[in-house]
Order: sequence, then structure tokens, then C-alpha cells
Amino acid sequence: MDISDLKGAAAGDMRYIGKRVARTEDSKLLKGQGSYVDDVHLPNMLQAAVLRSPHAHAKIVSIDCTAARALNGVHAVYTHADLSGRARGRAPSMLPNPAIRFERTQELLASTEVTFAGEAVAFVVADTRYIAEDACGLIEVEYDTLPAVADCRDGLLPDSPLCHTDAKDNIVAHIEMGFGDIDAAFTDAPHVVEETYWQNRGSAHPMETRGYIAEYHPTNGELTVWSSGQAPHHEKKNLVELLEWDAEKLRVLMNDVGGGFGPKLPFYPEEGLVAIAAVALKRPVKWIEDRREHFLSVTQERDQWWTVRMALDTDGKIRGVKLEMVHDNGAFLPWGIITPYISITTTPGPYVIPAMGAKLDVVYTNKCATSPVRGAGRPQAVFAMERILDKAARALGMDRAELRWRNLIQPEQMPYDAGFIYRDGSPLRYDSGDYPACQKAALERANYTGFAERKAKARSEGRFVGIGMASFVEGTGMGPFEGATVRVQANGRVVVITGASPQGQGHKTTFAQICAEQLNVPLETIDVITGDTGGISMGVGTFASRVTVNAGNSVYIAAQAVRDKMFTLAAHLWKCATDDLVLIDGHVARRSGVEQRFSYAQLAKISQGMPGFTMPAGLTAGLEETKYFSPAQSTYCNGTAVVELEVDRETGHISILNYVMAHDSGKLINPMIVDGQVIGSVAHGIGNATLEWMQYDENAQPTTTNFGEYLLPMATDVPNVDVVHLETPSPLNPLGVKGAGEGGTIPAAAAIIAAIEDALSEYGVEFTEAPLVPQRVFEKLKAAGAYAR
Amino acid sequence: MKPSEFEYHAPTTIDDAVRLLGTLEDARVLAGGQSLMPMMNFRYLMTTHLIDLNGVDALTRIEERNGRLHIGAMARQRDIELSPLVTQRAPLIRDAYQLVSHKQIRNRGTLGGSLCQLDPSSEQPCFTAALDGVLTIARHEDGAVATRELPMSDWALMYMTPALEEGELLTGISLDIWPAGHGYAFEEFARRHGDYAIVGVAALCTADAHGRLDRVSLTVCGVAPGPVRMHEVETALRGRPMDEDALRIAGDAARELDVMTDAHVSTDYRQHLAGVLTERALKTAFSRVATKS
Amino acid sequence: METRTVRVVVNGTAYEREVEPRRMLGDFLRHDLDLTGTHYGCEHGVCGACTVLIDGRTARACLTLAAQMDGHTLTTVEGLAGADGTLNALQKAFAECHALQCGFCTPGMLMTLTELLNETDSPTEAEIREAITGNLCRCTGYQPIVAAALLAAQRIREQRAAAPAAQATE
Repeated sequence: MDISDLKGAAAGDMRYIGKRVARTEDSKLLKGQGSYVDDVHLPNMLQAAVLRSPHAHAKIVSIDCTAARALNGVHAVYTHADLSGRARGRAPSMLPNPAIRFERTQELLASTEVTFAGEAVAFVVADTRYIAEDACGLIEVEYDTLPAVADCRDGLLPDSPLCHTDAKDNIVAHIEMGFGDIDAAFTDAPHVVEETYWQNRGSAHPMETRGYIAEYHPTNGELTVWSSGQAPHHEKKNLVELLEWDAEKLRVLMNDVGGGFGPKLPFYPEEGLVAIAAVALKRPVKWIEDRREHFLSVTQERDQWWTVRMALDTDGKIRGVKLEMVHDNGAFLPWGIITPYISITTTPGPYVIPAMGAKLDVVYTNKCATSPVRGAGRPQAVFAMERILDKAARALGMDRAELRWRNLIQPEQMPYDAGFIYRDGSPLRYDSGDYPACQKAALERANYTGFAERKAKARSEGRFVGIGMASFVEGTGMGPFEGATVRVQANGRVVVITGASPQGQGHKTTFAQICAEQLNVPLETIDVITGDTGGISMGVGTFASRVTVNAGNSVYIAAQAVRDKMFTLAAHLWKCATDDLVLIDGHVARRSGVEQRFSYAQLAKISQGMPGFTMPAGLTAGLEETKYFSPAQSTYCNGTAVVELEVDRETGHISILNYVMAHDSGKLINPMIVDGQVIGSVAHGIGNATLEWMQYDENAQPTTTNFGEYLLPMATDVPNVDVVHLETPSPLNPLGVKGAGEGGTIPAAAAIIAAIEDALSEYGVEFTEAPLVPQRVFEKLKAAGAYAR
Repeated sequence: MKPSEFEYHAPTTIDDAVRLLGTLEDARVLAGGQSLMPMMNFRYLMTTHLIDLNGVDALTRIEERNGRLHIGAMARQRDIELSPLVTQRAPLIRDAYQLVSHKQIRNRGTLGGSLCQLDPSSEQPCFTAALDGVLTIARHEDGAVATRELPMSDWALMYMTPALEEGELLTGISLDIWPAGHGYAFEEFARRHGDYAIVGVAALCTADAHGRLDRVSLTVCGVAPGPVRMHEVETALRGRPMDEDALRIAGDAARELDVMTDAHVSTDYRQHLAGVLTERALKTAFSRVATKS
Repeated sequence: METRTVRVVVNGTAYEREVEPRRMLGDFLRHDLDLTGTHYGCEHGVCGACTVLIDGRTARACLTLAAQMDGHTLTTVEGLAGADGTLNALQKAFAECHALQCGFCTPGMLMTLTELLNETDSPTEAEIREAITGNLCRCTGYQPIVAAALLAAQRIREQRAAAPAAQATE
């Protein structure tokens, strides 16, 4: 098969928009000429290593660095005592929320108490990483271990140990929210189904770990930081505050980043530490995280416990849903309480739900922090809701697809208020989408109606096959904004500068496409600069499937503004109407047959100022425009996954036979790139469903800390994904686009576990967890008598 | 994750390798490095001296001698896998190697290294036991190389600890050659392709002209520190037809094995897998027995 | 600490360096020879990002000491394209099939597939998937990589059929 066979939407008579354009990023990456942070070699650069707490919870009694400092090749060893000023304090609070009762962010180095195994305690700078690690081995730390909170549910109990000894309890936040008359919904309800679900989601594990370099230029007081991250402006803000640095003299650069998926978004202590060391030592300092450190200290999503009750009418119409959820927060809040909040507000999904009542407990535990990982809390919500719908279908004796069909929001109901009110006071409002069409497309492509026959035939051969489905609605393209500068240079090349910072999403190609379409120039004449706080003054970053919406539209608007400027300038010079002008092959020309042309290069030179030349009224200098796009609200994409798989009843092993993903992310700028995002995100979903399990023991010690213990999907674990694209344009932005990076992950575990349950339906076993591992399948089958001889 | 410091030695003869190992204080050998180097990178293992065996060509030979297959301890797994001699004389080994990790590992990893690592879940100790392996061990004594032989059944002392004394070096492995047309199979259950087996089974058999089992070898790995030969079952199956009853006898016995438990895999599940995989392996082995005309 | 002399040929160029015994091959390539195309993803031999060819066979640079490479021949991702920078058939197929996103696993993938295509000229989809199980990717979901390998194999076969005397691309 060839990926170009995958269906994508073609777009009218556009040259670039809607086309499967090959990526401009690829050539150098294919030759191994990428510039990831560890590829950067600076003269006199030193290497760093971090000493980390082996205990999940302990008081630091003393730290002796004498031997470490004396080691040949060591330039500095820092502990908290060596930090000064604002850097002695905690990382700034980035996402405050009045619901947070006790807010705790991380120190750059632990001062008196360590609260997760892996927390940074000392920072060593040496000639080589090898020596720096030797030095770490010579640092003597005396700890007094303390009891640890290992399970978020236990953390709520009155006699629980405290995650932070100076807190009064372990509650980050307790939130109750709802809408409609939930009591009436459950009163005299013909059907009520209830279930408890547990889900563990580990971390995203991009192939490149974190890494930072800081270089201080004493001649002008500038600090340059290279980072493997997702949001340079966000990281800059943190550094400026912690280092008490002049914002005009700090630049954060993100060149090539080897994957992000969420966890590279927050600010981490090591970034502050390399900067502090670089300034103190007046030499560039590099710190590259190794995979073990990534397991210990990079944010995850980890455990959520859900109790869901759904009330339905006799015809299967949902009356209301009550739910309670407990979320394992970990020891710190690098990204507020966004993940569990998104979990709760995702629960309505594509269904008409008249009433909901939700209770959320976010709990501190002595483990590393949680923050959004691809899907950002939505996979858990979809799992809980789609699984309870399956249970309801069983209780009603109704087909699972039919039950859903009866409850779907209809396209004519758009825009649809899903019921919840966001914390900013605005309602959760779906702007567009055709959920019935999406479900129908997925089921048809999966030949759902023919499945009963396939199942019977397989069973007659002693094989167990099952089918599962799940649908989701995902808020994408959230603000507050993203900006772009589009500039035509004096040599005629076009440069696009944006604050977005890619980690593989092909931003440079997509933005070039948008710009090329507006300015009618070949793609090769456009240079796109991303991930540089020196390039554009404000930016938010690449996460939450927001960049095509925010940055894409700002490129669009800025390119249009440059185009308008060219017309105005040419019209001024030729003394004609702007209507009389067209753009052809890098030139502004007269429509009316008069042979007059200006190349963009000429116009650029003119616009950059010629002494004596008067700028036309209202026109700013330069053939450039900077525009920020601020969406009014998120724009909602949606999808349906249908999975057919086989279960080996003897071992509990599964093989996916067919994977259909119907996906609507509005207009597609580059269908090839969107396909890549959908398929790639399905792989993360498969990992969540059956393989990835970040485990801690009863002392909150991580027990899966390498790739042999924590299982990522391999090429033999991910099937070919059949992607069906629907395009319901977003009415909320000029390009009509929605986000696309997480849609494959969100329904995956729900659909896969549903299919496993369906395959084993004759045994009546129900599965309420993810990951669902083979041993667990065995245990349930054994208890159901499947192996009786 | 960088290793701690060590002194590096690169002998080119067995004599030199054995002498170094016998005289240096706190020394480890480096074979394929696929198990040792991760441990050194993590600093779970630190050593003063590292003796690199990759230059000792004499340890890489694969040959047939006196009716047995002889494989040098430093023969690359990939070379063993692709060896026409091995495919002909011991096709079980080739089957097993399809399940061992990934090509990048097999290109460097060695049979000797795997046997010394002695991971209970590893396929290589399993097929070595199935083929009645005999290990040749060398040591430095009175200025010369002395050797001893040890049957595979005596190799595993305890969890990941083979019966190697301080200063001893595994130099070679000899294996039984089964007659042409014998049945063979390696079955395992692993979470993903190439992962260590949670449980694995190596089966070999021959049958007489009437289809009755003559000789059987049945070995289970992943259940104990070393591979477990099911001698009682092997005896019980002799003379029986290759049928469902035979499978059930073997499977039931496997389910009764005394198995280890750890945090990740329960006793129950391990025993169940041992039973299932024993039946599957034997069934395949039966199907491969060449019928004598 | 005594250093070791390493005389090694990488991508056709001979190098001679002194290294600490514990210097890992990946660090040697990346930082001593400035060949940063080979990447570290785990340093414990699972992810495959550091895959190189040692004497024509794939191996993990994170599990090999630089000192061990004395007298050997290496190929890294930098050795795949033509001297003028033209992408080879496999690299071109990757670009056409969108078989890379962040690009970090890509060099290792290319080396593993190079070995596969050297061994067999008509790999099946199953064989390709099995061959790259030792290379983890978190971006693509593998499907486009498989498509690229199939496409490259087809083109190489066509090239060979058209000009049997010509050298196959490495």
C-alpha cells in the first residue's frame, strides 16, 4: 500500500492549500543534518549531569559535595544553597486557577524536602558528561525518609501521609460542576447503569529526550538558550523571572525537536540550572537528559479513577450522567489542573446529554508531576463514557451503534451548547461538525453490518474476534493567540516568522503552503522560521492541537495583508486602481493589458525606504506585516474509531485486524500531514490501550524505568490505519481549519477494549481498565470458567 | 547514562583471554555487549577491567565434530542463525532465533554471552538445554589453559548466576545432533515481537515407522532460574502415538510445574502459559516429523 | 587512564583518534567526528535511534565502545546520500511517503532498512515490519515507513532490471 492512496480532501483550484505537498523539512533530516539540541557544539562548552533523589519522599538532612568538587574535570557543583535571588524560589505559577487549594511548583533544586523519586537535588558541570556522572556518584546526601503517598485514592483518606509536609492535606483541587436537573434525570429512570473505571497513561516518550544549552555573552549581557521544547516564549518567561533577567537580552531557540507530545511544554528546573551555570562560569553549558531521567522526571498522565452512573429511557435516550473522578496529580503543578479539567469537560462527547453532575478530586502524590500528554485527559473521559454506553447497550439489549446513533447531536443543532460552563464563564459550545455522518462513515468503512457473520465464522474455526467503536469531540485551536510575520525581502524571498515551535508536525511546510497560496509564489522561495523568541515578540507554543488554527490563520492574515500592501504600493506607483492588479509568479502586474510589472523584490526595496520617496498614506514601511490571530473560542473537531481484532483466548494476546478512523478536522491544508498526525496518534492510543503502563510500587517508587519494562508500540503492534476524512469547515477562523494532532489517540483505548470485550462476549467478561494486559484477560476468563477442562 | 571508568584489554587468543581473566583483579569479559553494556551504561555494573573477547577469532567457530555441533562462545547469534550447518543439523535453533530480540542485537550478541547472562526468559539457554548442551569452560592454571566440561543441566546455580568460578571463561558449547527428519518447534509468549519470552518451550521428537514417539525433548523457559527439562514427560510419551492425548499429557504436566512468581507475572498465568505453549510446541513438532516410508 | 587508538573508516573516510576506553561509539561519532546524524534515544539498546552499520551489519552505537571499532568499517546515515547530496532511493521514498515527522528515529530506520534491502530485494510488508521492530518511532505510526520501504524496494528492483550491470545503491 502507498500512503498516497489514503483518501484526503482535494481543494478546488488551489495550488497549495489542500494538496499533499512533500515537506520542506525532510531533505536535511534524511541526511542526518538535523539540528537537535545535542547536535549543537559550541566552543568551550561544558556538560552537566543531575543528581536525583532516590526516595519518593524524604527530608534532606545534609549534602556534601567536597569530593565531587575536587574531581578532576569538574567545574562546579550546585545545590539549593548555591542558588541566589529569585532562583532560590519555586518555578512561577503558569496556570493559576481559583479552584487550586494548595499550589506547589518545583524548586530548581530541592531545598529541604524531596517529594518524588527523581527530583533534582544537585547539578554538576564538568568537561564531559562522563565526568559529571562520576562526580554525581561522589556527592553524599543524607536523607530522612518520610512516608509517601503512592495512590491518589489513598491520598484522600484522613489518615494519609502528606505529599508535602507543610500542606494540610493532599488535595490540589476539589471541583463540582454540572448542568441540567440531574436529580430528575435519575428519578424513576427506567435504566441506570453504573461502573468504575481505572486508566493509567504513562508518558509520551518522544524519541528525543529533553535537553538545554545556555550561552552567556558577557560583552552585551545576552543569554541564548537552546531547548528541546514546545513553547519558546513560555520558557523565556520562566527564565526571565527566575534569573531576574532583562527580557530584551534573553533569547530562546528551538531548532529541530525530536517529538514533544505535551511533556516538553512545561518549564523544567534543568533549563534554569544550565542558564545559571552558564552565567556563573562564563562558558556555554549543555545538559542532555537521558532516558532513565526521562522516565523519572518528565511529566506523565498516569492514573485516573472514574465512577460513572448513566440514566436512560426505555428507548435508549440518555437522561443524565453522574460521575466522580480522582486524578493522580503527582507532586507538583507545572501546568495547573488542566488535564483533569479537560477530562471532565470532554465527557459530553457528541451526545445530547440533558443533565450531568461531576465531582473531581485532584490529588497530590509523591510521584513526578502530571501534565497533558497527547490527548490531554480526553482519552480517559472518552473511555469512561464509551464503555458505560456499551454497558447500557447490553442492559437495554440494543446494538451499541444504534444506542449511540439515537443520542448523537444532529448537525442542524450546531452551534451546540454541550452544557458545561468553562472556568472563564463561557459555555462549552461546539461550533460545527456532523457527528452522525462521521459515525456512519466509520461503520460503513469498517463493514460493521457484516461483522456478526465474520464473528460467527471465526468462532466456528475456534477464533475469537470482536469489534468496538468510540466517538469523541475535541476542543482544538485554543487561544489566546499566535502570531506571524510575513516579510518579502529585498532579494524577493519571502520569510515567515512565527512563535509556533514544531516537533515534527510539518509547520514549516504548512505555513509555506498558506503563504504561497496568498502571494502566488513557489514554495521554494519561502523560508519559515519557527521557535525563536528573537524572531517574533509574542508566542504561546505548539501544544493542544492549536497551531494550524492559531499560527496558520495568522500566517494567512499576515500574507493577505502583505498582498494588499503590494497592491496598494503598486497602485500608488502606477497611479491605477488596485482592482486592476494581479499577482503572477512573484510579480505584481496590470490586469488590463498594460505591460507593467514590479517584482516583489523591487517592491520590497521601495517599501524599505528610498530617501525622497513619500510613502503612500496609511502604508507602513517594509513589505511585511505582523498579525496575531486570536480565536473567539476553541473549534471542535471530532471522530469515530472502529476497531476489529482477534483475541488469543489462551494467552490474552490481541492482534488488530482492521482499524478505521473517521476524522473531521475541518479544512485540510496538507492532507498528507494530517494523515500522518492521525495515524501517529492512533499508535499512541494503541500503546495506552494494551502496552504502556507507568508503574509505581507502594512506596511511590517507579518500577518501570526503561524501554524493556515500559512497553512502547513497535511496528508489529500498530496495524495499517484506514483513515476517512470528513471536512466540516470551522466557522471560527478564515481558513476553516481545526486541530488534528490528537484525534487518533482519544478514542483508541475505548474502541480497543470494547472490541476485546466483544470478542469474549460468550464468557460475559467485562473490562473496565486500560492498559488491558494479557494476564488480566486470562484472569477474567479463568474466573468465568473459560479454561475448565 | 555513561559507564564508569575501566581499563580495557583486547586479547586475540584464548590463552591471553584466559590468562587476563585469571590474573586481573575485578575483571569482566565483554562478549556481544548487548546485555553487559546497558548495565554498564546504567552503572548497575562497574568493573576495574574489561576484557574484550571480540578479537578472539578462535572462539567464533561453528562446526560439526564427533557427531556433535560445536559452537564457539563468541559466535554471533546472527551467524549461528544463518549457518547452513546449523539449519541442517539443528533447525530448532534457527526457529528460536527468529524470536530472539532484533537483528541489531543478534548481529553483535553471542550465544556464550546469552548463556552467561542466564536470563530465565531467554531462548538461548532453553534450546541449549533442549539439545543436551555441554559447556566447555577454561581457566588459567599453572601458566596454561585448563578446561572442564559441564552439562547444561548443571549450568544454572540460581537467578542469573551460572556455575562459573572466579576467573573461568565459557569457551564453547556442543549440542546434540538429532537425526534428519526429526520434529522440532520453539513456541513462546512475549508481549511484543522480539521481547523476552514470558514463557517459552522447545520441543524435539522422533517417531518410528508407525508414528509412535521414539525420543522426545521438552524444555520450558521463563519458569525457573534455568531452563527446565521435562524428563518425566519425555519418558511418559515414549511409545505413544503423536495425538491429542500425548499433547494433553504434556500440557497437564507443564501446568503443574513449580514456577517462579514476580511482580509482573502471576504463578497462575505462568503455569497456564507453560501448558498452552507446551501443547502448541509439541503439536508443531509432531507435524514436522518426516514420515518414514 | 590509558587511551586507545581507534583507526576506523566511516562512510569511506579514514579517521584516527585516541579515545578513553569507556567512550561510547555514539558519542565518538557525534562529538569526536562531528557526525551528528546518529542519535541517542535510550542508551540501553532498545529504541534503535543509534543504529549504524558495522562492517555492513546493523548494530547499536549505544552498546558499542569506540575502542572496539579499531580496524573496522562503519556506515552512518551521512553515508547514504550521494556525494553531491542527492538522496538515495530509500531516502527519496521516505520523503514522498511522509515517513518522517520529527526525524529523530529516521537515521536509525534508514540504516536498518538499508540492511534489509541489501539482504532481500522483495521484502513483504510483514518482513519490513519485523525488521524495524528494533526501531521505535513515536510520530508516524510506522505505516508510512513501511510504504516507503516497499516503494524503495520496487524502485531499486526496477533500476536493477533496467541496468543490471550498475551498482545497486547501498
